[in-house]
Amino acid sequence: MAIRLFESVMATLDKLSSRPKVKKVVYAFAVSFLISVILLPPVLGISFKLGLAEQVLSNPELVNRSEAAIFWSFIIALSVASLDLIAGLPLAWIISAGGSRWISILDALADIPFVIPTVALGFSTLLFWGKTGPVSVLGVIVPPGLLLVLLLHFAFSFPVIVRVMVGELMAHNTIYETAAKTLGARAFPIARTVTLPLLRPGLIAAFLLAFARSLSETGATVIVAGLFENGPVFIKNAKDAGLEGPMVLVSFTLIISSVAVFALIRLLGTRLKIPIKNVYPVPEAGLSSNRSVNIRNGVTLLVFGLFVLIPSIYITFPAIGALTDGTLQKAISGLGVWSSFWQSMTLSYVIAVIVTLINIVMGLPIAILIARKKLGKLATTLIDAVVNVPIVVPSVALGVSLGFFWRSFSFLPEFWILVFAHMTITYTYFVQAMAAAIEGIPEEMEETARTLGGRPFRVFRKIILPLTKYSFLSGSILVFTRSVDETGAATAVSQTLKTAPVLLVSWVKHQVIVTDSDIALGIAFLVLTSFASLLVLRLIVYRGKK
Amino acid sequence: MPALRLLNVTKRFGAIKALDDVTFEVKDREYLCVLGSTGSGKTTLLRSIAGILHPDDGDVYLDGEKVTEISAEERNAVYVPQTYALFPHMTILENVVFGPLAKNTSRGIAEETAGRMLKLVRLDKRADAYPNELSGGMQQRVALARGLASGAKLLLLDEPLGALDGRLRLELRTKLRKLAKESNLTVIHVTHDQEEAMTIGDRILVLRKGKLQQLGTPYHVYNRPEKIFVANFVGNTTFLEAIVKTRSKEGSTLRLREGLTVRVRDSSFETDEAVILSIREENTSIMPEPKGDEPNRLSGEVTAVHFLGSFIRYVVMLTNGDVIAARVPIKEVNTEINKGDWVSISFDPMNTHIYEYPTLGLQGELEAN
Repeated sequence: MAIRLFESVMATLDKLSSRPKVKKVVYAFAVSFLISVILLPPVLGISFKLGLAEQVLSNPELVNRSEAAIFWSFIIALSVASLDLIAGLPLAWIISAGGSRWISILDALADIPFVIPTVALGFSTLLFWGKTGPVSVLGVIVPPGLLLVLLLHFAFSFPVIVRVMVGELMAHNTIYETAAKTLGARAFPIARTVTLPLLRPGLIAAFLLAFARSLSETGATVIVAGLFENGPVFIKNAKDAGLEGPMVLVSFTLIISSVAVFALIRLLGTRLKIPIKNVYPVPEAGLSSNRSVNIRNGVTLLVFGLFVLIPSIYITFPAIGALTDGTLQKAISGLGVWSSFWQSMTLSYVIAVIVTLINIVMGLPIAILIARKKLGKLATTLIDAVVNVPIVVPSVALGVSLGFFWRSFSFLPEFWILVFAHMTITYTYFVQAMAAAIEGIPEEMEETARTLGGRPFRVFRKIILPLTKYSFLSGSILVFTRSVDETGAATAVSQTLKTAPVLLVSWVKHQVIVTDSDIALGIAFLVLTSFASLLVLRLIVYRGKK
Repeated sequence: MPALRLLNVTKRFGAIKALDDVTFEVKDREYLCVLGSTGSGKTTLLRSIAGILHPDDGDVYLDGEKVTEISAEERNAVYVPQTYALFPHMTILENVVFGPLAKNTSRGIAEETAGRMLKLVRLDKRADAYPNELSGGMQQRVALARGLASGAKLLLLDEPLGALDGRLRLELRTKLRKLAKESNLTVIHVTHDQEEAMTIGDRILVLRKGKLQQLGTPYHVYNRPEKIFVANFVGNTTFLEAIVKTRSKEGSTLRLREGLTVRVRDSSFETDEAVILSIREENTSIMPEPKGDEPNRLSGEVTAVHFLGSFIRYVVMLTNGDVIAARVPIKEVNTEINKGDWVSISFDPMNTHIYEYPTLGLQGELEAN
């Protein structure tokens, strides 16, 4: 019965999809959603409140603090993205060369800081470099402040570089390197003069993603910042102190300047020339030797282990401790602070499910529009740029603006304001993943299917969707995990409702009386449920396809 | 009633006219080869017929019905691109049942039809294989079976042999035509290979810069090329610039550069009119001894000798600086002729063509794009 109903619904949708008017309505609806829910709220929200920012200008101390916070945001993002590129590229090279089980394990380990919620990363970094951390034995203690923020940002932006560059290197046709080798060039000059210039678009993309991730991060940064302030920390502090003016000023400046800096890097990036004219046979022969390669690989692995991997997973130790010291029982019974914790967890996951579903439905037509350039080159470039705004702009600044916008509709419950904020923040991930995947399918496959009698919706579900299922899945997972993990925008928007990461930040900042065991276990629950939901999602998709 | 009719079809991409006022008809069960170089508009033509592209001007008729505004899925004209576009995630059988299922046929009947079509292309034993497990030739046959199973009457093949290696191409040419004829299909087969078009096509349509140049049987197109471009594109031809010296009922006498004269059968041009003389390379004879210049027997120096297997091609520079080529079957080569030898070149006036001197000059006319 259910199958018959499903088939009849699909047949009706197939028929409808052949009508040009229906197609136009679907695309128009998706574009309207993009404009009215993703683009306009952040722009209008902050514009409503710009008057408040003017009040700050008469307070030199606040102006100085705001300027310094914005300045440090960009300095940290630029330094971290550059350092990540230097440290991540050799690791990507090792992974892409493949060849052994150990490399596959390394590949999986490189993703860890990416899949652990940033709140967990923040607390883990705080403990690792703190007074009781393992490196304190060597006399190395990094207290909360600028250096710890740098170390944290280096760790969580690192996998972005590695992931993008591994993809680029794997997809790269090595015929050029083979040609260079037969012409007598050694490994290092080949990498410098042939491979890297060819991978320049990938390098720029990786740099920008790492830059954006650093610029946007809020939850973990708040945890390790101490008295130091970058943009997002300043906004969080201003919000806690009820200072709307400074919050508006810094949010507005961050939104405008991040868009401008991104455009600038994109523009200059294409003109960036990797020096390839000169070749230095003697030193470069040395750098190409097995010994040099071994030293470079060793240093790469050491940096990865010491500054990325171990600080990220260090939280496991106190979390294990929490299993035996009675915290687990307290948590399961839901007493005291744990009652609000479970409420927050439920809230986080309910929001993530809603946001993922809406973004899939609303993002698919936009992904098709971008991939197939259905509206022409100019409109496609514009839509593509708009889609990217949420990942370019720091989420907390975006959250401030979104909060102002959606709260102006007084009838809207706080829950839905949170949903809308999460929707904006995560929108890009699904659209971009699907647009790239659809672009990879030859258009003639769709065209042939149409000439065989397949109506557009049938062609989509029978050809496009199965061929893009992994991107569909990874795009959805990214939206889901990003939503569960989101701290910046949720912090800016929330008033009474607290999502799990926001609650955990308040625990770490001791705005609530909790022990380190409570925090570690709370974070462990967030990490575990996040992994478990991913696993369930994968199983559902796998079984569905079977 | 023609199976397909295009009436004044024009398709633009920005400032480029990919199809320029194209009008022609294809008869039911006819095998038409569309011949043209890269960028001539061949694929645009196929895609416009399939309904993938919509013409800016003009109309497309299928079986007498105007289909210009009808979408691709409702035209019953299957497009097979050079890559065959087999769906990589589906088995061969699933690929072939796609069409019937899309047209609401029950699965049982769809599978039965697909089975028959796979048997026809002798791939019924590979029904459970995936496209990447098959050779290029097999993939091509699956694409055809898929088109046949969808019930299409018009098959639009875009360079169907282009992805195959030389020997297989030759082998599949005739098989492709046989299959189409046996299945009562109307086929439009796009290619840039003139030999392929001549071998398979009932008729050949030559396209250049989106414009139809000539449409006719292979014999007609080869032996009566209506334009310089067609004469050059189909076959191997020498072109010489000339002026009509005299004309009579029997033909005309042309003056080449430096006063050399030749006689041709065509007498349609006025005296003193500038023309282009075209001579097929295989219609040109070569003799080892120069006899001095006289009409249709010209002496010159061999500047290149190309061994082509069953032919030898000689390139000769005439005393007036013009260059002419002769293609001689290897069994007719009695005396060895080498580069630097002086030879006599001759040709039959009946096997020549003359054309009006093109406004863009000879080179401009010969350019494909």
